[in-house]
Amino acid sequence: MTFRTITITAALGFILGAVALGFLPLLWLGMAQGFSRLDAYLLRVALFTLEQAFLSTFISVLLAVPIARAFARRDFAGRQFLLKIFSVPLALPAIVAILGIVGIFGNSGVFGGVFPIYGLGGIVFAHVFFNMPLAVRLLLTRLEAIPAENFRLGGQLGFSSGQVFRFIEWPQLSSAITGIAGLIFLLCTASFAVVLIIGGGPQATTLEVAIYQSLRLDFDPARASLLALAQLVTCGILVFIAGQFATEAQVFPTTLSRKARYDGKEWISTLADFLLIALGVLIVVPPLLQVVLSGIGQINFDTALLNATLTSVFIGIVSACISLMLGWVLADAAARRKKGMLRSAILLACLGSLIMPPAVIATGWFVSLSPVVDVSHFAILLVITLNALMALPFVWSPLYPAINESLQRHNRLCSSLGLSGLARLKLIEFPVLRKPMALAFVMAIIVSLGDLSAIALFGSDKLTTLPSLIFKQMGHYRMNDAAGTALVLAAFCFALITLAQKWSQSDDKA
Amino acid sequence: MTRLSASLIALLVFAPLAAAKETLTIYTYESFVSEWGPGTKIKESFEKTCDCTIEWVGLGDGVATLNRLKLEGANTKADIVLGLDTSLTAEAIETGLFGKHGINKALAKTPEAWTDDYFMPYDYAPFAVIYDTEKMKVPPNSLDELINGDPTQKIVLQDPRSSTPGLGFLLWMKSVYGDKAAEQWKKLQPRILTFTPGWSEAYGLFTKGEAPMVLSYTTSQAYHMVAENTLRYQAGAFSEGHYLQVEVAGLIEASPEKALAQKFLGFMMTPAFQDIIPTNNWMLPAGETKEPLPEAFSKLVVPAKTLLFTPDKVNKNRRAWIDEWLAALSK
Repeated sequence: MTFRTITITAALGFILGAVALGFLPLLWLGMAQGFSRLDAYLLRVALFTLEQAFLSTFISVLLAVPIARAFARRDFAGRQFLLKIFSVPLALPAIVAILGIVGIFGNSGVFGGVFPIYGLGGIVFAHVFFNMPLAVRLLLTRLEAIPAENFRLGGQLGFSSGQVFRFIEWPQLSSAITGIAGLIFLLCTASFAVVLIIGGGPQATTLEVAIYQSLRLDFDPARASLLALAQLVTCGILVFIAGQFATEAQVFPTTLSRKARYDGKEWISTLADFLLIALGVLIVVPPLLQVVLSGIGQINFDTALLNATLTSVFIGIVSACISLMLGWVLADAAARRKKGMLRSAILLACLGSLIMPPAVIATGWFVSLSPVVDVSHFAILLVITLNALMALPFVWSPLYPAINESLQRHNRLCSSLGLSGLARLKLIEFPVLRKPMALAFVMAIIVSLGDLSAIALFGSDKLTTLPSLIFKQMGHYRMNDAAGTALVLAAFCFALITLAQKWSQSDDKA
Repeated sequence: MTRLSASLIALLVFAPLAAAKETLTIYTYESFVSEWGPGTKIKESFEKTCDCTIEWVGLGDGVATLNRLKLEGANTKADIVLGLDTSLTAEAIETGLFGKHGINKALAKTPEAWTDDYFMPYDYAPFAVIYDTEKMKVPPNSLDELINGDPTQKIVLQDPRSSTPGLGFLLWMKSVYGDKAAEQWKKLQPRILTFTPGWSEAYGLFTKGEAPMVLSYTTSQAYHMVAENTLRYQAGAFSEGHYLQVEVAGLIEASPEKALAQKFLGFMMTPAFQDIIPTNNWMLPAGETKEPLPEAFSKLVVPAKTLLFTPDKVNKNRRAWIDEWLAALSK
């Protein structure tokens, strides 16, 4: 057993164990009670789940590819700022984002009536608002990883913009698109509040809503486990199919540090790029601006806000650390094995918490643990663990390609130098991986900052995060305080992104 | 290491203080014990009457509280569960965990005489359609007018699958229209902006100005009058009557603190508890009060008739009624 075997076994064991500990007790209860049959309602719900998730994913990615490319080609004042803004939607609880969106496009909004916001169109729009900027951020890291030589060669060969895209950018993007699209698809499948609030009625019901109903109102673990199983099978098949199309990014050695682009100098492509960036900005910024404007002057600085902020930060940082460690071990193991069962297990483990609804995992944990320990004393630990699992796919997405690349480039060198362990980490991997690591870490914190599902299940009056404080304030008619707290959450998220970016670029000039 | 230190911190922060006094553990919904809820004041008030400590455990909402109890079963730490409503009590009794309260039922000042041996009510409020007077000059005065009114003036409702007020409105429709409820839901459909997962999202959309009406309680008007000093948001008085939400508490039969729990339920019906309810929980007191209610409460809609199914009837039919609602609105 090498050290590497031990770590990967531990990481996989931890993740799969945690998911199994959540799902198996429910499945057990389900088998004991006898499963309810799959009826027409469920079929309709499953179809609608897939329909809205497919549309949302397709449009998010379709927009994200040219927008990410436009960002990659252009440098302008405010570019960094915009990219930071693009990370904020992920941290917003659905209701905050929705209030922002309806403030612009709803009945009372500035652009009210431009398109009907309540219904499938609204669901897709809200999902694009959440996921398009996420896809842009993730695709941009791939575009930025393209060696400068490629562009120089393209320039020498007189490539047109189209040819640069086809021969240089697309191969790099296509390797990432399946993964990113898969992630967005799962996020949209698991979407709950957006679908209910914007959907307009029970005709818009997803599997997640049905699971929630059976776990809560009906308290019917048998039905919940059946629904979770249906979700597992549907998503599992999709992940498997996506895996068949996934291609590995090609790795080229790079020696040029300065990146120059020789394409897209014509005025028409400059115009096109700026129009694309403007479109992205128009989708993302107005609702966020609405959130900011509603919150300004409404922040209620009291101990509740301070406590919630500290709790959120503590949970966010700890769960991001765990997620990053797990993600690193998994990505490293996957990069060393291109085929086989272990690789499939790793990919599945990464997406475990998206395929298996957090509500199911949490209920299962409760059933398994409560006879043994007093769960309420470990609530914060369970929230952290669940958040770390939920953040794994977001950590994976920037980390895996970078680790894979670093491994292909440096593995032989390291072996021949006898460089291993901590020394290798410090001298070789850390410097190269700084940027993707920072992005992975920030994404994990943001996922945790915005989390409402884990905290809704394990939170209590003694354990309150910023999103759960927003809900508490709203529950007491304090809509303005809630708007203030939402602003604090958004500002906090923005500050964290700025810090992480500073850190990741602090050595770039050397 | 991180997990270890986290668990250490968790233990330090959340380990209950070792107490020599008797401790009464009460499960309730979170907003009852939040910064603005009545929990802290009630704790202080009760602890003066005994050599004991109240430990509140705030969990989501009433449904979440009952589910937690079902998950814990006989292992529960709760001595009292406070915050279920009458559409949940039959289901709660079925768990076999609750004992009879032994309190004089005549102490309950609910619109309908109290008959439950297991649960005592601590507050109640009629559900009501709250409307924005700035956006709506002619509010509906009955369910019928709500159903057949101008479809451009919409209402925000809550989903009965995930929310207690949402379920309350479904029961309201059912108690007025019976077998014709599905038809009426279809007629109402064009007026419904959306169904939200919970009360907060609906009220947020309403105050944001997305729709001129929302389903809430008659007492919402009192909040806006007392806390915001405005008459902008008012409740409509419906001629068919209003469905009630009655919030109750009950004790756990196997609790080692059963005597203390019984004492608390008795205390719950006295002014020391009831006076705290109106402006902290924004509901109407269900027991004797000493201080007069704030003036705003005298301006609230008093339903001509109150509607309430028995807990058993709700428990037996809930699933079928929700399925009926689903079928009516899904096409």
